[in-house]
Amino acid sequence: MISIYRRRRLINAINLTASVLTTLFGLFWLTWLLWTLLDHGLPWLNMDVFTKITPPPGSAGGLINAIKGSLIMTAIAVAIGTPIGILAGTYLSEFSRSSRFAPIVRFVNDILLSAPSIIIGVFIYELMVVPMGHFSAWAGSVALALIMLPVVVKTTEDMLRLVPDSMREAAAALGAPQWKVITIVVYRAARAGMLTGVMLGLARISGETAPLLFTALNNQFNSSHLNQPMANLPVVIFQFAMSPYEDWQHLAWAGALLITFTILLLNILARYVLRTRKMS
Amino acid sequence: MSEIATTMNNTFSTMQGDESTSADDVQEPAGNLRIDASMTRSRSKAVETAIKISVRDLNFYYGKFHALKNISLDIAEKQVTAFIGPSGCGKSTLLRVFNRIYDLYPGQRSEGEVIMDGQNILSKEQDVNQIRAKVGMVFQKPTPFPMSIYDNIAFGVKMYEKLSRHEMDQRVEWALKEAAIWDEVKDKLRQSGTELSGGQQQRLCIARAIAVKPEVLLLDEPASALDPLSTLKIEELISELKEDYTIAIVTHNMQQAGRVSDYTAFCYLGEIVEFNDTSTMFTKPDKKETEDYITGRFG
Ligand SMILES: Nc1ncnc2c1ncn2[C@@H]1O[C@H](COP(=O)(O)OP(=O)(O)OP(=O)(O)O)[C@@H](O)[C@H]1O
Ligand SMILES: [Mg+2]
Repeated sequence: MISIYRRRRLINAINLTASVLTTLFGLFWLTWLLWTLLDHGLPWLNMDVFTKITPPPGSAGGLINAIKGSLIMTAIAVAIGTPIGILAGTYLSEFSRSSRFAPIVRFVNDILLSAPSIIIGVFIYELMVVPMGHFSAWAGSVALALIMLPVVVKTTEDMLRLVPDSMREAAAALGAPQWKVITIVVYRAARAGMLTGVMLGLARISGETAPLLFTALNNQFNSSHLNQPMANLPVVIFQFAMSPYEDWQHLAWAGALLITFTILLLNILARYVLRTRKMS
Repeated sequence: MSEIATTMNNTFSTMQGDESTSADDVQEPAGNLRIDASMTRSRSKAVETAIKISVRDLNFYYGKFHALKNISLDIAEKQVTAFIGPSGCGKSTLLRVFNRIYDLYPGQRSEGEVIMDGQNILSKEQDVNQIRAKVGMVFQKPTPFPMSIYDNIAFGVKMYEKLSRHEMDQRVEWALKEAAIWDEVKDKLRQSGTELSGGQQQRLCIARAIAVKPEVLLLDEPASALDPLSTLKIEELISELKEDYTIAIVTHNMQQAGRVSDYTAFCYLGEIVEFNDTSTMFTKPDKKETEDYITGRFG
């Protein structure tokens, strides 16, 4: 008896040490990365970044056209991806209990979830950019929406499944048709989780570079034309960081810092929303 | 009626005690009961009172599993019918047939007839939502919706009635009063229903079921998760509700079945072993199994 107990404690100690060490290992790189970003980016993060457009090499400027472009395209992507994602997630969780089609949808969605984003970029390039004859913000938005979609589908399905069947039964037992059971009761119960899914999807697309490179490309001017190429943070960072010009590199650091902390903030916010709802 | 109820109460409280020492106490109520019982003996009473639901050759399947076998029984209007029996015998399953809630799950199916007001509610043509509006259900675990107390009640009402703001206020108040919870929640109707205590949540669920003005109430162990005081309140509630509603209740508590019900059905392994008025059932059951179960010798 005692020896079994002692053995168990030993195994526990080994496992605990291993877990702590690996956690520290992961945290180490993350802190280093954030620190480097702050170190290189913070000095260049000034008002100019938010007021001036991307400059030609050698002159002063900012990132406002890229920030604006990113906001516009992300907003359109969310507007496209959220309703489709929520409806698809609802189908998977609520309407497909005995269907053979649902596992296929779920499988394809999982593939889409882990598909390299550059492939989505090339796909939309073929589908939209080539027929239209030029890069455009529309193409960029659609590419981002496609990347966001599987995230929303998956979280929506997962969150709806967390709602106990007893809740659906109770609503149905009052004579409510299924669509009212879902929209009034089940959505309400899963609201915070579904919102988290949208925020996670948003965080996922706000840093994507590859798909935009093939679709929205870039624009050195402050353009709001959705039919034209549009500046955006990831591509500007990519271009400026690769350039030999020092002020471009500085702006790239500032942009990288901006984007990283926006995503961090979104993630924290998503988690916070989820936690407050669990407590209530 | 109420006389029977009181005598029954006496009988049951004495039945609980040691019989040999309290023989004197037993004498009188037991004598009364015998008279009442002989008057109400057998199913003649069921024939006199109108029948609300009549079940004929009902079979129920969870996939391949045959959960209810050839059930036939009548549920009397504006009376309380209790379903007792060991765990897993199919009490909940039977209740879930009465409002066709099992329809939510593919793979669960029923055969036979359940006739309510002259119509077979199991037939495919029946609109399930109409049935459910007429047959309310309260589940074993309280299931408040994640919305305000007011909205919890209003949810079901809105499905079938278009009430003005004022009428809805009145309906909510009426339902909460009916379920004996108004005094506890009248100042926090905007508060979430999930923030109430378990007993309050259960009464909220009863109020929610009553608010749509059903004709039948199905109660599946409504008090099993509650403390004795809340249980008592719910039992009192049931006695009041039976003035207006036909009630079917599942319970594991023999005293409770004795206290609240007019008829009792004993289920065992998916069959109804015995069905009779409660006083007969608890004093002179026909079947040995029933007696054994009621007296706690098996189950
Ligand atoms: N969803 C289900 N799928 C398959 N079998 C089920 C399902 N629900 C219940 N059963 C089976 O049907 C039988 C009757 O179950 P039911 O829930 O009606 O019992 P019960 O009398 O209400 O028991 P309890 O007193 O424990 O609530 C049991 O044998 C149970 O295992
Ligand atoms: Mg049960």
